[in-house]
Amino acid sequence: MGGFARVAWHVMRKDLTVEVRSREILFTTLFFAVSVVLVFSFALVREGRAPDDVAAGILWVAISFAGTLAMGRTFERERYNDTLRALILAPADRPAIYAGKLLGLLLLMALVEIVLVPLVALLFDAPILKYPGLLATLLAAGTLGFSAVGTLFAAMLVRVRSRDTLLPVLLYPITIPVMIAGVRGTAALFQATPDEPMARFWIGLLVFWDAVFVTLALWTFEPVMTE
Amino acid sequence: MRKLTIPFLAVSAVMLVAAPWIINAAPYESTMGLVQKVFYFHFPSAILFLLASMICGINSVRVLFFRNLRADGWALAAAELGLLFGAITLVTGPLWARKAWGVWWVWDPRLTSSLMLWMIFGAYLLLRKYGGPGSERLGAGMALFGMLNVPFIYYSVNVWRTLHPMTSVVPTLPTDMGRPLWFCFTAFTLLFLALLNLRAGLEHQRVRVEALYLAEDEA
Amino acid sequence: MSDFRRLLVTDVARHYGRRKALSQISFSCEAGEIVGLLGPNGAGKSTLLNILATLLTPSRGTVQYGDRTVRDGGAEVRAQIGMLGHDLFLYPELTANENLSFFAHLYGIADVPATVTAALARAGLSERGNDLVSGFSRGMRQRVALERALLHDPNLILLDEPFTGLDQSSTAALVGRLQERQRAGCMIVVATHDLDVADGVLTRAIYLKDGRIVGTDTDTHNLIDRYRRVIQ
Repeated sequence: MGGFARVAWHVMRKDLTVEVRSREILFTTLFFAVSVVLVFSFALVREGRAPDDVAAGILWVAISFAGTLAMGRTFERERYNDTLRALILAPADRPAIYAGKLLGLLLLMALVEIVLVPLVALLFDAPILKYPGLLATLLAAGTLGFSAVGTLFAAMLVRVRSRDTLLPVLLYPITIPVMIAGVRGTAALFQATPDEPMARFWIGLLVFWDAVFVTLALWTFEPVMTE
Repeated sequence: MRKLTIPFLAVSAVMLVAAPWIINAAPYESTMGLVQKVFYFHFPSAILFLLASMICGINSVRVLFFRNLRADGWALAAAELGLLFGAITLVTGPLWARKAWGVWWVWDPRLTSSLMLWMIFGAYLLLRKYGGPGSERLGAGMALFGMLNVPFIYYSVNVWRTLHPMTSVVPTLPTDMGRPLWFCFTAFTLLFLALLNLRAGLEHQRVRVEALYLAEDEA
Repeated sequence: MSDFRRLLVTDVARHYGRRKALSQISFSCEAGEIVGLLGPNGAGKSTLLNILATLLTPSRGTVQYGDRTVRDGGAEVRAQIGMLGHDLFLYPELTANENLSFFAHLYGIADVPATVTAALARAGLSERGNDLVSGFSRGMRQRVALERALLHDPNLILLDEPFTGLDQSSTAALVGRLQERQRAGCMIVVATHDLDVADGVLTRAIYLKDGRIVGTDTDTHNLIDRYRRVIQ
């Protein structure tokens, strides 16, 4: 067990070190996420008023689009010097490598969401400070579910030629439950009178979904990565 | 299994040709009238759609964790049939819904999940087609995630009471309606099994041809 | 699991759809041998090395490390394999130190700082330890990559075109390091085009063409002539 945690920690640390040096993925993902929010705002806001619940939807669409981009880029880096092969070759626990990559992605997404959520709140007058704990938990659970499946798929597709288009094609249908739960839960919290029990229900579902799919991802990482 | 394919196809063909008469003889449902009879095609297709996803999922486990290459043929065949029967379900459903509830589509969990599952089949087949060599394992990995979403579909109707009929409606149908339902169910299932067999057999033969081709100039 | 002293490849084949990358590959490698895989581009050298490194599973045949296969051995077998790929497996955004430390941690090495310092010293790059790898020349990167591959003191060393783009002194240093490992009892398998470098260094040459072994030689002097005779 110590081996697993050690490997995951170092993979994550390595990813963060590389990212801190260049900051490329963070800035481009962040900027892209903000653009998505703005584009959807222009598309949906009419006469200066946004339809109800649209803030929650826009937030999660931005998270999923930006997240997909970030996943693709992180694995693209590993492809560049074929370092993914070195990782697979190491006598380390393969699922631990997956866990390290996932943790790195989660941290990146957390940074993006720290900017995105206040932005959405500002643009749509959403009450994010009423239940900040619940909102944060909801975002964490949803981002985890989405990232867990995405990291696995991005790793799977690293040697496939049409990986840029196949990643969203594969990822979106499978993570729709996460999107539904995330949007509905966030919408419940963004209402004029926030529906707290509803939000809790969706968080519960998300946690369950996360447990199932993170476990599945850990199991399938090794068989899928070894040709 | 191979020997049953032709008889299955023949019987299901005969049954499906006879189906319109049998369905016509069934009693009208009180509120929805004639349109309700789409149910006799819609319901078996929906069940077979779910069955296909489970077959695909189980065989994907065999491919990925037990390195069983023959299972891959069954997984691929099941995915294609899932796409087909899912399409039938998703087309007949709205036809019924329009008359019964007044709308073509509702974004409730059952419908949404079914559409999502159908898209997962589509994504799986795209991956198999464009994923290049080795996509059998990638597809198997992806199919596992798709299969695990199936319980969510079934669970969703029982948790969120929605427009969609509850899952327990079948046992309580009057027997006059029950008979045509089971008739259509049998016909569709026979068709499904026959097609599954055929398609999987085709895939197995393709793999065998490649192996023969490769072994061709071995000493 | 104790170190394995013999690599046995039996009737290995690898297919991609209808394309035969390798067929009927059989050979063995004992401790203290430097086996060369020689052949034109597309002969299957890289594929074979990847199979030996456990990165690919053969479509047919077995690879035995001592008396175990990868299926039974898993991580333990991988712990004794070191590979220097053609793409070097280094992170350009990290320093030499960081690259080596990362892999040292990944390999579960006990005293990481000491091991890394020693590795850098062997590569002759002690003063450049804190410089980003992206700023290194090909030769320098090669040296770091080689030490990375040898960090965990592997028994079986696999190298894919290691002499490409190296100048005279780097080449000599690399050969020296390999021979030092050879004397220590390691098994070394090298895929290379550079016949003049390999001349006399290899203990055995295996000639590959179109995925098959077309000849072997235990005398590797005048390698270029021998190669021409077998391959052409």
